[in-house]
Amino acid sequence: MTRSLKPALFSALLVWAVAYPVLGLKLSIDGIHLIVENASATTVTVIALCSVLMFLRVLFNQQLSKAWKSRSGASLVSPSVSNFLTLPSTQKWFIIGLIVLAFIWPFYGSRGAVDLATLILIYVMLGLGLNIVVGLAGLLDLGYVGFYAVGAYTYALLSHYYGFSFWICLPLAGLAAAGFGFLLGFPVLRLRGDYLAIVTLGFGEIIRLFLRNLTDLTGGPNGISNIPKPTLFGLSFDRTAAEGGKTFYEFFGMAYNPVGKVIFLYLVALVLALAALFIINRLLRMPIGRAWEALREDEIACRALGLNPTIIKLSAFTLGASFAGFAGSFFAARQGLVTPESFTFIESAIILAIVVLGGMGSQLGVILAAIVMIMLPEMMREFSEYRMLMFGAMMVLMMVWRPQGFLPMQRPHLELRK
Amino acid sequence: MTRNILEVSNLSMRFGGLLAVNGVGLTVQKKQVVALIGPNGAGKTTVFNCLTGFYKPSGGTILLDGQPIQGMPGHEIARKGVVRTFQNVRLFKEMTALENLLIAQHRHLNTNFLAGLFKTPAFRRSEHEAMEYAEHWLERVNLKEFANRTAGTLAYGQQRRLEIARCMMTRPRILMLDEPAAGLNPRETEDLKALIGVLREDYNATVLLIEHDMKLVMSISDHIVVINQGTPLADGTPEQIRDNPDVIKAYLGEA
Repeated sequence: MTRSLKPALFSALLVWAVAYPVLGLKLSIDGIHLIVENASATTVTVIALCSVLMFLRVLFNQQLSKAWKSRSGASLVSPSVSNFLTLPSTQKWFIIGLIVLAFIWPFYGSRGAVDLATLILIYVMLGLGLNIVVGLAGLLDLGYVGFYAVGAYTYALLSHYYGFSFWICLPLAGLAAAGFGFLLGFPVLRLRGDYLAIVTLGFGEIIRLFLRNLTDLTGGPNGISNIPKPTLFGLSFDRTAAEGGKTFYEFFGMAYNPVGKVIFLYLVALVLALAALFIINRLLRMPIGRAWEALREDEIACRALGLNPTIIKLSAFTLGASFAGFAGSFFAARQGLVTPESFTFIESAIILAIVVLGGMGSQLGVILAAIVMIMLPEMMREFSEYRMLMFGAMMVLMMVWRPQGFLPMQRPHLELRK
Repeated sequence: MTRNILEVSNLSMRFGGLLAVNGVGLTVQKKQVVALIGPNGAGKTTVFNCLTGFYKPSGGTILLDGQPIQGMPGHEIARKGVVRTFQNVRLFKEMTALENLLIAQHRHLNTNFLAGLFKTPAFRRSEHEAMEYAEHWLERVNLKEFANRTAGTLAYGQQRRLEIARCMMTRPRILMLDEPAAGLNPRETEDLKALIGVLREDYNATVLLIEHDMKLVMSISDHIVVINQGTPLADGTPEQIRDNPDVIKAYLGEA
């Protein structure tokens, strides 16, 4: 007990040290008195309370953890429940239920919620795509946002200069991003681990700076605006249609409803995300998906078995990038505006956090993590200054409690005939 | 039956100033078991690495069925049918035993993207055949009950057997085993010996192995090549090697 007295005192002091800058306290001199500014009585009381709690927590650390262990077999969820949750069949039914719900709820939800859900779906797409590269093939890519930007700008430029519609640009954006993935992949894939991470990080920044400085073509920091929204077989969801076109409402003889546009965007995002989910899900069960995982496990063994590591890595990189391209072109369509500042490093970090948080390789995990990562900051706008603090805390807690992610990947179970 | 599957002559490998392998030659005929032995650090594994394309040999020729393969990248040599195991087992530890065997069949499978996406009959058939073949080999190496266990959780001897089965999945022309008996207990070594016998009799496998366990080497090899400090020392049948004074000197030191 006396041994933990010193760390306990230190921790209590640390609470003050952390609270002081974070809560914006300020010491200043008033005459000969030293006073604390920006601190109401409650703030100080709360900090004091926290430091006392911290003191006790550290002081009785051993006793607490002992009591905790003896009480609950050391795990929050029992193994059988956790195993049931990660079984492929459970995940399948859960996903089907979610899909049906996802198609129905926007018609009853609020406009803001539907809009937020659309944003989440974009991140789901990005997370699923990056999951191929990082989770399966084990290539740490910190510049994923670069491919997202390529996709977004492909649509923006093609529609701005040539008037191409969203549905034509969507596959083109995927192809363009895949092309960039392929180009980047060739020189860098001989690198591994940290080195690859640094080079991809650089690539992401280069794309952004390139878009920013190519003012004649991309509009520089102002970006490209007035990007048309997707249409339903040529029917737009605007109040008035462009010349020659018709709006959805005119065609079906309905009154104009501003929410319709939002719901349509959401449904497009949903369909795209589901397509990504389906394709990647199939890829996992194809020989190429197995090869990605094998490559992550042991590259030398792969070579000894006649698998060409370069082609396998390149395919993971290219396919992952193409999903970012799809997500990017949708992003451009939804915003109606693309600027280089939408594609900063923090975006890459968020997408990577989604993959890690969800449990590397797990698709359902990625979806859940995307919801958590995007929804939390939106829901807690009042705490927006502490957003990074929250991310950090969430990561630390995850690493302590579930280092394998929310829902780690369960191996596809292959039945053998007895 | 005296066709040479593998013919290595005058192989040398230089790392900077160090000549690790110097003028090694060996011949492996169909259905033969050839052992490569030598004291620690003699360059046996370096020879293996040169043969399988992990190193580019500095000199010499390697003929597989009369075709030169020296200097080709490792995965291409593996595709031509030279497949190896590793001194320290290299399985895909996080994947199941069955998946390990499926990966080894990668190039025999239907890898068409659209076929896999829509699960066409051809794709299903190819996957099904791969499973059956994997199942067959799991049975052969007595690992069928562990098919869905992750490879990393298997016992060491089982991992060794799985690695050999994984090599056999690629339908190799020549199987190269790098110290297959290292870390096995006497009973497991007996099993291994039986397994190599089965590979040879029932599957017409040609085996080139590195091994320190002399009892095993002497009992299964048709031919033994001894190297010492990178240079060839002796070459012959087990009986000839056993009585060769140079070999005894290299292993036991000068009397």
